[in-house]
Amino acid sequence: MAKHLTPGRIVLYAALLLMAIYYLLPLYVMLSTSVKTLDDIRGGNLIALPQSITLDAWSKAWSSACTGVECGGMKGFFWNSVKMAVPSVLISTLIGAVNGYVVSMWRFRGSDVLFTLLLVGCFIPFQVVLLPMARLLGELGIANTTSGLILVHVIYGLAFTTLFFRNFFVTIPDELVKAARIDGAGFWTIFLRILLPISGPIFMVCVIWQFTQIWNDFLFGVVFASGESQPITVALNNLVNTSTGVKEYNVDMAAAIIAALPTLFVYMVAGRYFVRGLTAGAVKG
Amino acid sequence: MAALSINNVCKTYANGTDVLKGIDIAIEDGQFLILVGPSGCGKSTLLNMIAGLDDISSGDIEIGGKRVNDLSPKDRDIAMVFQSYALYPSMSVRKNISFGLEIRKMPQGEIDATVERVAQMLQMTHLLDRKPSQLSGGQRQRVAMGRALARNPSIFLFDEPLSNLDAKLRVEMRTEIKLMHQRLKSTIVYVTHDQIEAMTLGDRIAVMKDGIVQQFGSPQDIYDNPANLFVASFIGSPSMNFIPAQVVESAGVLGVKICDDQGCVILPLPHAQDKIKPWLGREVIFGIRPEQITDARTAYREGLPVMACHIDVIEPTGPDTLVFVSLNNTKVCCRTHPTEAKLPGHSMELVFDVSKAVLFDPTTEQRIA
Repeated sequence: MAKHLTPGRIVLYAALLLMAIYYLLPLYVMLSTSVKTLDDIRGGNLIALPQSITLDAWSKAWSSACTGVECGGMKGFFWNSVKMAVPSVLISTLIGAVNGYVVSMWRFRGSDVLFTLLLVGCFIPFQVVLLPMARLLGELGIANTTSGLILVHVIYGLAFTTLFFRNFFVTIPDELVKAARIDGAGFWTIFLRILLPISGPIFMVCVIWQFTQIWNDFLFGVVFASGESQPITVALNNLVNTSTGVKEYNVDMAAAIIAALPTLFVYMVAGRYFVRGLTAGAVKG
Repeated sequence: MAALSINNVCKTYANGTDVLKGIDIAIEDGQFLILVGPSGCGKSTLLNMIAGLDDISSGDIEIGGKRVNDLSPKDRDIAMVFQSYALYPSMSVRKNISFGLEIRKMPQGEIDATVERVAQMLQMTHLLDRKPSQLSGGQRQRVAMGRALARNPSIFLFDEPLSNLDAKLRVEMRTEIKLMHQRLKSTIVYVTHDQIEAMTLGDRIAVMKDGIVQQFGSPQDIYDNPANLFVASFIGSPSMNFIPAQVVESAGVLGVKICDDQGCVILPLPHAQDKIKPWLGREVIFGIRPEQITDARTAYREGLPVMACHIDVIEPTGPDTLVFVSLNNTKVCCRTHPTEAKLPGHSMELVFDVSKAVLFDPTTEQRIA
């Protein structure tokens, strides 16, 4: 289909191109800086292409850069983040699915109030819960541990996952649940055998959303985990702010990209489901 | 033994709305009960209460002589077909049919045999391995019925099962449901808002409005002897004519006075003399169905009152031509033979078969005679 290149379109494309460049430029600077040598960085300017490509900064960032007094690179913290994010995402998504199922299909007296309260949870700023949460984790004896951090993220994420699943399930006709009840299926059978198999798209939405939120979280990580159990975001901050020796911009950039890769990866693999999941229910199957 | 009896059942929602106000219905084994009424009349709520999907506020529901108020849906020995078909989207047709049987722990061999039997009965063996999304509306409807049939319950509940189908398919499926009923002699409760479905399918019809059963009886009885203005207007298409008219006496016989712009006639009502005597000189609503006002050839009976009327509009339907005239300043529909109908603007002799005409009180809208 040949579209005519009218002046209006040219302006439109130019504007879009400009914005794309504007947004891609930082990524380019990060990538190119991470493969430059330190001399190259000092000698050239920020935008210039690297004179020679070296992955030294990457390997240093991964395994030997100093974050504070430790000099083991990002490696350990990367796995910390994985160990924190994967269970948090799965647990909060699964509980959110059950919650959403209950508030949409098994209304009980006060279920609307409960749902509204859960919604309010979406709007509670991180800072507000810091102190009470710190105390709670202390009482439970899981302060400064990955499990503690998982608990925090699960609780905080529940509001969102419940909302997602509830909004998905309300688009499914009640009659489906009624039919299953008459067929003799109970609460869990209906959930596991009828609703979960058709919840794929909303699962992807939840997983992407939660993973991005949890992986990128800095505040909870810096407050509720310390030393060995720090997530990668906190380690990145420490790495960049370590002030001994020369400032190694290439290592900083490589570390930052390492920290960002998993969310990028998740979005690339599952991104198409994200849009599909958000629009699910708009079309009747 | 009554297969289903509903005794003084009420439904009140938490906010105080009365949806059902004392429903009494009983049907025998093998009967086809229709709950019909406009939307919001409570018919679907009543069906859900029979199914156990909705609580009963007061009263009793008995299935096969057993009170089921407190039984959960799965223990009531019912199967239900829904308007949206409610097929399980992730399961194949076979799985949809067998799901309920598996949950009831039927042995696998028996399940397979049942699925096979039902699929053959509904001619959908070739569809068994498809997913619901790969089926047409009519096929989904068939699967939904198959799922109910496989369970072999003591009562089938149908919740407006045909209203999502196109007109042609609806008529086909209607016949099919009727055939199934005749063959299996099953007890069926069927909710619809379509009076034609009600008339064609039902053994017994409960016409509902505002949470009250307006009339409960056989289709013909309800058609011929409507209990009130609402039932008379709801059942029958085109609808019964309601003509405001005065009760007068002529030659010692009571009748109603009907006028158009050319003159008046008095239609004697010999069959209802006693009942209309108190209404002499007062205004009533004279109800007469379109087929009871017709041309002389169709009327075939001698001695019926005749009136020459000015034709406003005609609507040929094929088998009949509907002629619209204006009587007592009310638009009146008459069903005539196509070759006998005159053109609009002309005058035509219309024969009134008053033997089945009914009269209503204009204020209470209840039947007088």
